Amino acid sequence: MRAAETLLRAGLSAALIDEAPLAGGQIYRQPPESLRRPARQLYGSEARKALALHESFSRLRTSIDYRPETLVWGAREKRLLLSGPAGNTELAFDKVILATGAMDRIVPVPGWTLPGVYSLGGAQVVLKGQACLIGKRPVFIGTGPLLYLVAYQYCKAGAEPAAIVDTSDFTAQIGALPRLLSQPATLLRGIWYNAALVARRVPVFRSAKPQKIEIRGRQLVVTFKRNGKSFEIGGDAVGMGWGLKPETQLAEILGCAFSFHAGSRWHLPRCDAMGRSSTEHVYIAGDASGIRGADAAEAAGELAAFAVLEDLGHTVPQTRRQRLLAHLARAERFRSGLERAFPYQVPELAGDTVLCRCENVTVEEVRAAISSWQISELNQLKALTRCGMGRCQGRLCGSAAMEVLAAETGVEISDVGSIRGQIPLKPLIGARFQRKAAP
Amino acid sequence: MQCDVCIIGGGLVGCSTALHLVRAGKSVVLVERDRIGAHASGANFGGVRRHGRNVLELPLSTRAFDIWRNMGTLVGNDCEFMPTGHLKIARSEAEMAVLEQWSSFGAEHGIPVVLHDRTSLRANFPWLNTSSFGASFCPGDGHANPRLAAPAFALRAGAEGAVVIQGDGATTVEDARDEFEVTLHSRRRIRAAVLVNAAGAWGRHFARYYGDEAPVEAVAPQMFVSEPVPYIIDAVLGMVTGGLYLRQIPRGNVIFGGGRGILDPNCHRSSPSDRVFAETVGLAGDLVPSLRDIAVIRSWTGVEGHCEDGLPILGPSPRRANLYHAFGFSGHGFQMAPAVGAVLSELIARGFSETDISALSPRRFTGAKSSILAESEI
Repeated sequence: MRAAETLLRAGLSAALIDEAPLAGGQIYRQPPESLRRPARQLYGSEARKALALHESFSRLRTSIDYRPETLVWGAREKRLLLSGPAGNTELAFDKVILATGAMDRIVPVPGWTLPGVYSLGGAQVVLKGQACLIGKRPVFIGTGPLLYLVAYQYCKAGAEPAAIVDTSDFTAQIGALPRLLSQPATLLRGIWYNAALVARRVPVFRSAKPQKIEIRGRQLVVTFKRNGKSFEIGGDAVGMGWGLKPETQLAEILGCAFSFHAGSRWHLPRCDAMGRSSTEHVYIAGDASGIRGADAAEAAGELAAFAVLEDLGHTVPQTRRQRLLAHLARAERFRSGLERAFPYQVPELAGDTVLCRCENVTVEEVRAAISSWQISELNQLKALTRCGMGRCQGRLCGSAAMEVLAAETGVEISDVGSIRGQIPLKPLIGARFQRKAAP
Repeated sequence: MQCDVCIIGGGLVGCSTALHLVRAGKSVVLVERDRIGAHASGANFGGVRRHGRNVLELPLSTRAFDIWRNMGTLVGNDCEFMPTGHLKIARSEAEMAVLEQWSSFGAEHGIPVVLHDRTSLRANFPWLNTSSFGASFCPGDGHANPRLAAPAFALRAGAEGAVVIQGDGATTVEDARDEFEVTLHSRRRIRAAVLVNAAGAWGRHFARYYGDEAPVEAVAPQMFVSEPVPYIIDAVLGMVTGGLYLRQIPRGNVIFGGGRGILDPNCHRSSPSDRVFAETVGLAGDLVPSLRDIAVIRSWTGVEGHCEDGLPILGPSPRRANLYHAFGFSGHGFQMAPAVGAVLSELIARGFSETDISALSPRRFTGAKSSILAESEI
């Protein structure tokens, strides 16, 4: 939205393509009309930012080619392939800014595919978008700021979380403080959420090692170990997540170069500070090129638009540009602090754990295949085991599969590869391609 | 490195040749530029059919049929081969005539087929559309998982003594007295008395070292897979026109192919075309109407060698003794490759094979052009 606004202000014509029915992305998601609530209730301390963004967008709606509920399912050179309410169409462009965001990162704890187990992002989507809770007494497990934020939001919405089970170490979180001070306001918000959870007597277990999730009667029970002791916490739902990972498939299809990012243990598209990718006409903003959060995303969106304008020979306001760059640099430092405080760690997984839920492939099967086929690369693993071959195309299992492959072969995580993106970027219904349209 | 036979190309043809040769007592080095089965061998449709093949391929194809049925015993992995039968669809009377004609060829080669008219088609294959004119059904043919086949052969060959080199391709081939000297990308050198050129879409390049010309071009057939849905399509489908081929695996995914993707300028890699995507997915929904309501989850391509006359380049080089070509399979390699290895190992180890592959000889491009019917389906 910030990128679009900046481009329009400079007099360019722009199209905004969004998979969601209403603008706002994940963080500033708008519920449908029938479920509207006051912004303060929806977005908490971020209400002012949300309102500002929604207002500025509604001002430009009439001057932009806005296409909600539209999936970009592929791209070739300077054409995007769209699938939306208008059917399947193509859109030619001169420059494209990818603001494809991020999705949850998962550690496959045995039982993670049971009904009642949600990702943290999913738990937040139903709350914001549909005014629903995943449960009244959910257990939240995983790590990262989202773990505490979602628990806090659930408290505010009337839930009583049974516990927060954090797999990270408290000392790591203290150790990361110097870097986290690069964004004191954000850090303060994190501390505030923690304090609020303590005040509501939500038990928080740090340095936990989740063992399994089971259904017992009408409860979901999470078993975890901590300091050698075993704990069981029951609730009516589980929300889990280990931070976020960028959605980069479209950048890959557009030919952008990637490099491995050690802090996030993931391959990221290579960009300059303004968001220019290695492909001349492709720019990337926000979490799509590395998780830096919502504030940084607004700055990055504006900067990517500046980069487009510069490359088209326009002049951009230099002081504003410098200020945004400084903001992003701080966000970058903050991110490295978060990566230290809440690292993505996949523990030694039990053999019968389902690693790939789409194709129902277990850790055991993957390990056996790695040794019998002498597998050393992720796409080879996919081809021979179907891990990552299903509906989600490895979005959910990709991270954990990389870790299992690296642990099993002794190959560095940076060298096991990543699952190759192919069209369609998300599942597409065949009927959309029928030459004779159904009546 | 010294060996009896060096094989260039770790596709299914090269891997099958390696296994059969080590079993015939030869020392073998196989070199693959990328990964085993990385290109056409791993990315193809997975059709295992004799049905509708050019008659000149039938001796080889028939032999391959017997190998496929015993794949588990041969390589220790059945490669998910399923003998569902193959159904070839005619959309008009003229197309039906093609099927009728082939049924007599089939009978001569011991491949009985069943012809269906519109009514019996509906009775036997209720999931098909109602607009097909008729079809021919070949029992025993079927499908397998191409991602497993070449690695399974390579693994077995390696276990039995073949040296399998991956990620290090042949760059040049030279004569070294009466032997071949193959230099790899890493500068490693391999000396061999016999050389097998199984370099697929890139086989033409190695053939030229010895003046053997073959009109083989690289193409990239495009494949698709759907989300899993209940298993109803219990035969492999093909069309007389070759525009679409389709199968379902018991876990539910429907796999189909048709049209060609986009080749990189250097013909090394390829990617799916969105235009072909729209056309082929549309065709699949026309043929099996229930597919209109399900989601396609991925499309992919692989680079394969397509010969001008639609037939493989297979047999001894007309110009250089001890050089064998086995490339340009024109979409027919997956089914036939297991037999290609058997035949080449007989030619190399014993000097003759009972399977007649003379019509596929590279010799056909040295002089007058042969008039052979092209066939486009995989």
